[in-house]
Formats: sequence, C-alpha cells, structure tokens
Amino acid sequence: MTRLGWIRLAVVAGFVLLIEVLCRTGVIGKLTMIPPSAMAVELWALLKSGKADADIVQTLRNVAVAFALSVVGGFVLGVGLHSITRLRRAVDPFLATYYAIPFFAFYPLLVSIFGLNAAPIILIGFLFGVVAMIINTINGLDRVPRVLLKTARVCGMDPVRTALMIKLPSAAPHLFTGAKLAIAYSFIGVIAAEFIMSTSGLGYSIAYAFNNFDNKTMYALMLFIITLVTVINAVFHVWERRIMARRGR
Amino acid sequence: MRQTLDTILLVLGILAVWQLLNWSAGDIAIASPAATFARAGELLSSATFWPHVWETGAALVYALAIAILGGLTVGLALGLHKVSGEVAEPILISLYSLPKITLYPLILLVFGLGMSAKVAFGAIHGIIPVAIFTLGAVRTIAPVYFKTARVLRLSRGQLVSTVVIPAAVPELVSGLRVGFSLTLLGVMIGEMFASQRGLGYLIMNAIGTLDVPTMMAVILILATVAIAISGGLLYLDRRLHHRAS
Repeated sequence: MTRLGWIRLAVVAGFVLLIEVLCRTGVIGKLTMIPPSAMAVELWALLKSGKADADIVQTLRNVAVAFALSVVGGFVLGVGLHSITRLRRAVDPFLATYYAIPFFAFYPLLVSIFGLNAAPIILIGFLFGVVAMIINTINGLDRVPRVLLKTARVCGMDPVRTALMIKLPSAAPHLFTGAKLAIAYSFIGVIAAEFIMSTSGLGYSIAYAFNNFDNKTMYALMLFIITLVTVINAVFHVWERRIMARRGR
Repeated sequence: MRQTLDTILLVLGILAVWQLLNWSAGDIAIASPAATFARAGELLSSATFWPHVWETGAALVYALAIAILGGLTVGLALGLHKVSGEVAEPILISLYSLPKITLYPLILLVFGLGMSAKVAFGAIHGIIPVAIFTLGAVRTIAPVYFKTARVLRLSRGQLVSTVVIPAAVPELVSGLRVGFSLTLLGVMIGEMFASQRGLGYLIMNAIGTLDVPTMMAVILILATVAIAISGGLLYLDRRLHHRAS
C-alpha cells in the first residue's frame, strides 16, 4: 500500500476510535449510539444467527435488479437520445435537473399501482439509477474522437459494429462512472423505498428496529450496509484504476 | 426559437403520457393532469398551505447554508494542502455514494423530531458534493496563479479571497447545483418520515388519507420549483464555464 493509503487508513481508524472513546466515556449517550466495537459484535451475532439473511438477500436482489436495469436501460436510452439531436437538446435541461425532483415521493403511488411487493421498490431504484447512466452515456458518446468514427466509415463498418467496436470502448470511462453512480443511486432508492413502506428488507428492518428502540439491531444493520457499500465502491475504484492504467492514462 | 418549440413539445408529450397513465390506471392510482393542476391551484390559494411551504423553505435554506459554508471550508482547506486533499478525496467520494438514508435513525436520535433533524439530514446530503467540487476546483487552479500570489506576498486570507475563490467559481456553481438537489432530497426525506409540518408531511398525510390529487399537486409544485431553481443554476453554471474556457 502507498504512503497515502496508510494515512487514509489511519484517518478512518482514528475517526472510528474517536467515536468509540466518545461512546465509552458517555459523551455520546448509550441511547443515541452504541460503540462501534459493540456494533461489530452485534453484527457478527446477527449474521451468525441467520435472522437477517432473508432481508439481506431480498435487499441485495432488489438492488442488483435495479442496478442491472439502470445500466442497460440507461445505456440504450443514452445511445438513442444521442442519435436524435433535436430530442436530446430538448431533454438535456430536464436530465440536468432530474435529481432535484423528489420523485421517490411517487413511491407510495407505485405501491398503489403494483401492490406492496418488490416491483415498486425495484422501479424506484431504477428511476434513481437510470438517469445517472443516461447522462454519462451521452457524455461518453460526445467524447468519442471524430477521427475514429471517420475511420469506421472508411472501413465500411455497419452501425452495430461501430457501436460495439468504436463507441463502446471510447466511451468506457464515462460508462464506468455512470455504472458507479447507478449502483450508489440504486442502493439509495431501494433502501429509501423499503424505509418508507415495505414489509421486509434491510431498510424496513432498520426502521422496525428504530421504532422498537432496538438500537443494537439497528446499528448492526447500519454497519452492515455502510461496510457493504464501501467495499463495493472500493472494488469499483480498483477495477477502474486498472482499466485506466491499461489504457496508459 | 426551435429550441423553445422542442421544449414545449416535450412538455406536451409528458402531459400526454401522464393522461394515458391516468386512463389506464384509474383515478385512484394517478390523478389526471387537469385534476392535479386544479388541486395545485386550490392549494396555492389556500391559507393553510403556505405555512408548510415556509417550513420546508426555511429548512432548505438553513440546510443549504450549512452545506455550502461547511463544504466550502472543508474543500478549501483540503484543496490547499496537497497531501490532505489526496488522502481525503477517496474518503469523500465513498461518503458521497453511501446511502445516507441509513443514517436517518441516528440523526433522529441525536436531534429529535422537528426542524433541526430535517436541517441536519439535508445538510449531510449537500455538504459532501460541495466539498468534492470545491476540492476539485482548487486543485485544478493553474500553478502560475499561486506563484504570482507568492511573488506578490499575499497572505493566506488574501490568497483565498482574491485568487482561489474567483478562480474556482465555475466549479463551485456546479457543486452548488448538485448540492442543491441532494439537500432538497434530504430535507424531503426528513419531512416524510418524522415531521408534523412541511411539504413532505403534506405528501405523507395525503397518502395516508388516499388523497391522490393533493399528493400529486404537492409533488407538482415541488418539482416545478426545484426545476426552476436547478435550471437557473444550470444556466449560471454553463455561462460561467463558457466564460472561463
């Protein structure tokens, strides 16, 4: 690991230690927060008992489906919008302001349409994730070097081959950013939806534990989600670095 | 001219889809555009509606103020010190993509129900993007500016106020735009779960009483205001970037 990596680790460890000390000495009350070490112990016990397994599986499945739909749908819609210049110009300002619309207020509406099952949750995750992917696909396609497209034309490549062999690799870094954002937004959408109105899943379990003053379970689950998302981000980060390194940038 | 026409066509298209959804799903699920606009008009002219607007507006303004000042301070401090910036950036980025909704119970336990919880929740959503953009902005300032500042023997405060901030303004506006959206999102989530006032509460209340037109009217009003503010910032953003390049 590099020197910066060690400093980073020290900063994070120091922060966790600080919270631990504040909790142990009672500066942060017991009813507000349990010490991080206790959270880890609780999480371990929870995972071992298997009580949370069904919720974990359900939430991760919902996130995975929402993420996959966002990436594929976002890519297809992005390519489509990019090729219709007039539509794209009209849609652009809406895309840029999309995240300012508190549209997961629509979630209860979706529940009344689809019923209280996984469909509205996945749909909210998708609605959150897809636009990040669309925006980044369009950005990526804007930056495909003209000369490559001309070469493709000279070589007589058909549109599908041009898309797969020229556009996709050239736009890859942006698509990657889009996918990273899509996964973050899918998580936010799915967990928020479970939080508001649901009968199972991690978001529901946290809300349930909170309502029952069950701080131990609540913090164990919060730690679980935070650790999971951080690990997923780190994996994407390393993967992205590798791709960049191979391109010699 | 054609641009305006296309925008109008797009809005009409959205309204048409909305109407079709209403026809296929029925009034219980989705109110028709006409019913929603009518209800929005009623709300806007009723006296009981405005206190909720002010409540949400005040929460948003406080949260934005904290997010901007906090994010700017953190971003500037980290940006001006190379090692700190490089250490902090990945941490900030992973905080950015954390589903902060999971932290909501913690915020409630610390701040209790009411205004302060909403403001805090909005602020933690907004502060990180502002910090990331500020950090990025300070980092990309051409080194020659810093050298010039050193030659002119500017103090730290002068350096920040006369060189760093003006040079970083376009990026700061971009950060502000993202920060605004997320802060609004945070405030809304805060109001939807634990509040007795505000637009988020109105939405949840309307859902509880199955009052679909009111729910959609509130969302419509919110979305319109959000798009207007965000659109204004976008315009400013593009102009500043255009001027800078």
